[in-house]
Amino acid sequence: MIEIRWHGRGGQGAVTSVEMLALAAIEAGKYAQGFPAFGPERRGAPVMAFNRVSDKPIKIRSGIYQPDVVVVLDPSLVGLVPITDGLKSGGILIVNTSKSAEEIRNKLNYKGKLFTVDATHIAREELGVPIANTTMLGAVLKATGVLSLNSLKSPLEHRFGRVASKNLSAMKRAFSEMKAAKAA
Amino acid sequence: MGKRVGMEVAIAAAEAVALCNIDVAAVYPITPQSHIAEHMADIIHDGRIDAEFITVESEHSAISACAGASAAGARAYTATSSQGLMLMHEILPIVSAMRLPICMANANRAVSGPLNIWNDHTDIMPQRDSGWISLFVENGQEAIDLSIMSFKIAEDPEVMLPCVVNIDGFQLTHMIEPLELPSQAEVAKFLPPRKAFAQLHPDNPISMGCFAMPDTYTETVKAKEVALRAAKKVVTKVFGEWAKRFGRKYSVVETYRAKDADTLMLTMGSMGETAATAVDELRKAGRKVGLVKLRLWRPFPVEEFKAAVQGCKTLIVMDRAISTGGAGGPVATDVKSLLYGDKKKPRVLNVIAGLGGRDLTVGDFVAMFDLAKKKKDETFELYGVRE
Repeated sequence: MIEIRWHGRGGQGAVTSVEMLALAAIEAGKYAQGFPAFGPERRGAPVMAFNRVSDKPIKIRSGIYQPDVVVVLDPSLVGLVPITDGLKSGGILIVNTSKSAEEIRNKLNYKGKLFTVDATHIAREELGVPIANTTMLGAVLKATGVLSLNSLKSPLEHRFGRVASKNLSAMKRAFSEMKAAKAA
Repeated sequence: MGKRVGMEVAIAAAEAVALCNIDVAAVYPITPQSHIAEHMADIIHDGRIDAEFITVESEHSAISACAGASAAGARAYTATSSQGLMLMHEILPIVSAMRLPICMANANRAVSGPLNIWNDHTDIMPQRDSGWISLFVENGQEAIDLSIMSFKIAEDPEVMLPCVVNIDGFQLTHMIEPLELPSQAEVAKFLPPRKAFAQLHPDNPISMGCFAMPDTYTETVKAKEVALRAAKKVVTKVFGEWAKRFGRKYSVVETYRAKDADTLMLTMGSMGETAATAVDELRKAGRKVGLVKLRLWRPFPVEEFKAAVQGCKTLIVMDRAISTGGAGGPVATDVKSLLYGDKKKPRVLNVIAGLGGRDLTVGDFVAMFDLAKKKKDETFELYGVRE
């Protein structure tokens, strides 16, 4: 089982991301959960959302405190909220940022596996808006190998209809443009 | 069988009810039930089913509208949570006394105050004695299956009582997970149209829910009590028919790795899955522990419960509610009084946990197990309190 924690801000679509990933995993025959940090929605406030993906039925009904993967949708959250809290040793941190991996490492005092991608830039170019939630799905797929790029096609089309293709292109760009940081 | 799809559990609960040929839905939205209310309204507005959605101004009106509809012979559905259920409280025992088989989903949530929108069982417990059949589900699939079965149970001529399906708020309602919805044709075969025993009709006027003097009131109470107790047999019968048609087996009391266990944990609702995972971990560490899950809360399945705990030395009851100033959690209080007269009975320990959305991890269940095992006296523990 792989456990993923998403950090974003209210309104940036972290919940949509976990929904898309869960639906894609289930459609691919896996077991999955997608859920928000339960509570009132607050636009602009730091929020979290979660995924579990497994080949076996998942029998846990609690939050995720020791994730295998942490995804940061909003660059401004780096250093603002404790994004590396509980991240398993050997776990993966994926950050949407225009900054260098070294800068992220220094700011977080983080020495583990790190991937960076300027997803906001990609989203602006592909979607015309700085909303990086679907773009970052591509980064998650690349870093974890949990699902194929193709598996997201159907959930994205179902959710976004005519603009699904733009979201798919943004996702594919993040998949190829994401960089693995040098080991610290 | 239906296709396995990813879906939010609240949406799936509404979709399941849409397969049940309901005539009336009167639902007032409240977190964390809102997605059920919204989706039910969508389904009816879009004309996917031939039913009336009554927009009401409160939950008191929602259940009252359902009572009227049900008395007129309709299959009626509502859904609520927490304060909404509290507002229905006045009408709930009237519905059961009138023997109206209304079905309801309750997205379990803490009651105010302080205001808290998160999960526990403090909303359903004050409704315990209202004469409703009360079922708990452990996951989304069970929410689908029991929502459909609840109509068949409630409307059985031997029962004719309302039924509430408890679906833990957020923990279950807001979860996207793999689910299977049966087809309309399969459900239609399983659940024939309602045949009302008596119904209000202008051509044949009758009175329902009348006044009772001291010389008859006790008899009405007895009648309701006998009917509710007898409902257990029908619940089991319907579970059996469901297993035959849809392949998923249910029991009023379920056990997990309980056979050779000297210690059993007892849970209701979504705690069950996490507790089962904790049992697996404790077993790996050599502890002879198992799990008992109460699916049917009212009527209390006394014989099945006693059979499930027979032979175990210690029973740890996990309650997600408290009887303030009383003997502990409502489940433990029931369990203790039911076992009181038995010669051979386990030691019953009570841990109250997971209130107002306080999360319960696998580690928490292991910690509660350890805490209970260390108890010297029989007083309840309120787990995880920061003093």
